[in-house]
Amino acid sequence: MKTHIEPQLKHTPLYDWHKKNGAKCVGFAGWEMAVLYTSIVEEHLAVRKNAGVFDISHMGQIFVEGTGALNFLQKLCTNDISKCRVGHAIYSHICNTEGGVVDDIFVYSLVLNQYLVVVNASTANKDFDWMTKQKEGDVTIRNESDSFGMIALQGPKAISVASKLFKNIPGRHECLAENIQNETMFFCRTGYTGEDGLEIILPEENTLELWEKILFAGKDSNLLPCGLGARDTLRLEAGYLLYGNDVDEEHTSMESGPSWVVKLNKENFIGKEALLKQKNGELKKHLLAFKLKDRGIPRHGSKIFHQEEVVGQVTSGTFSPMLKIGIALGYVPLNLEGNFSIECNGKKIPAEVTKLPFYNK
Amino acid sequence: MLNLNHLKFAKTHEWISPDGKIGISEHAQKEITDVVFVDIPSIGKSLAKEEEAGSIESVKAAFPIYAPCSGKVIAVNENVAKDPSMVNQSPYENGWFFQLEIKDANELQNLMTHDQYQEFLKTEVPSH
Repeated sequence: MKTHIEPQLKHTPLYDWHKKNGAKCVGFAGWEMAVLYTSIVEEHLAVRKNAGVFDISHMGQIFVEGTGALNFLQKLCTNDISKCRVGHAIYSHICNTEGGVVDDIFVYSLVLNQYLVVVNASTANKDFDWMTKQKEGDVTIRNESDSFGMIALQGPKAISVASKLFKNIPGRHECLAENIQNETMFFCRTGYTGEDGLEIILPEENTLELWEKILFAGKDSNLLPCGLGARDTLRLEAGYLLYGNDVDEEHTSMESGPSWVVKLNKENFIGKEALLKQKNGELKKHLLAFKLKDRGIPRHGSKIFHQEEVVGQVTSGTFSPMLKIGIALGYVPLNLEGNFSIECNGKKIPAEVTKLPFYNK
Repeated sequence: MLNLNHLKFAKTHEWISPDGKIGISEHAQKEITDVVFVDIPSIGKSLAKEEEAGSIESVKAAFPIYAPCSGKVIAVNENVAKDPSMVNQSPYENGWFFQLEIKDANELQNLMTHDQYQEFLKTEVPSH
């Protein structure tokens, strides 16, 4: 996980709660976020076995509305948004004309001609500017990132915890806008951990109340509050990419994958030409997943060797609490086979190429 | 309550007991978090004061362990190698790494008492 301290970090509505409850906080994408409360591994395992709750209020929310909304999103996104029926969610990339990834996003179809786009914290303003620049037809784009809090409730027991609090729970990969106490809340059956669960988007001022309600409702299920540390190890184990580490404008969607995120048979979208060229033989490198065969933990920036030659760098690496080995992602040239190793703490550790996700139930 | 007054501390956060056992401080285990691998030297190895003796790796990063004084390794804690989370659970007891035959007790003079170490921590910039 890339971290950097900025002079003026933003605080989520749960910041005081985190501080009061002993969270270790770090700067992340311009926000001061809880990285862990007690232990990354403990929080990780709580989500795999029971349930965990994450403050992800740093994430951005952009609403796209109007009769031209679908056409506009189709032009913007690599995935086929027309397949996202009302009440459903879809993951996509937004590319620049060279195919470089401007952001990876979730699009939720709320009602006809109204979409909620959840974007990364570090890219929310850039995305909004990019969308505004590309705007055409009857479309209104609103960046509401600062008025919403966001909580992720994840784990095999997440839905049973949520059922104690809410009447209506959306189905897998579905979403629901609900009016609760005169406030609109969005319930999304999505996540970034590889577990079932909900992501709840709600007005900033209601976030703390819901957070405490979830913690209380989850007591019997051994639910734990979890920080960004566990969120990072969980998402990597589940094979999800992190924008800024594994995906960025320097790499195209074709290079990063997943392959299903680019629908080249879709009519024109920004970046299609460049991606098509790569598909037809110009692809030089791609993102591969590695499992270490011996003890060691790959880190962001660790060198990837093919035989004796450095062929790439680790974009994300960690110790997998479930597999109990080091796992990593990194870009390497196409058509290299076998004999990879990754430099961990000064030692070259043999690594094998594996399919994503690293961990599957 | 564990009596820590017999331990001596290095600025690099290792402690050493009068019989030469070496581990890391409560503060260090909290900073490092979630230790998953421990590399400890083999019995018989001679170490110089402040020489890198081994390393610990947590989910967060890798950290070297330095010998607080010179000496020969006379025992290693196999249990902590098998279950490195002991470093987090019990840094002053079950989480020790190895034992040195202390070569020169005078070398311990430069190390800090627990109280001095607590004062020293206040001067350190929090590393997050």
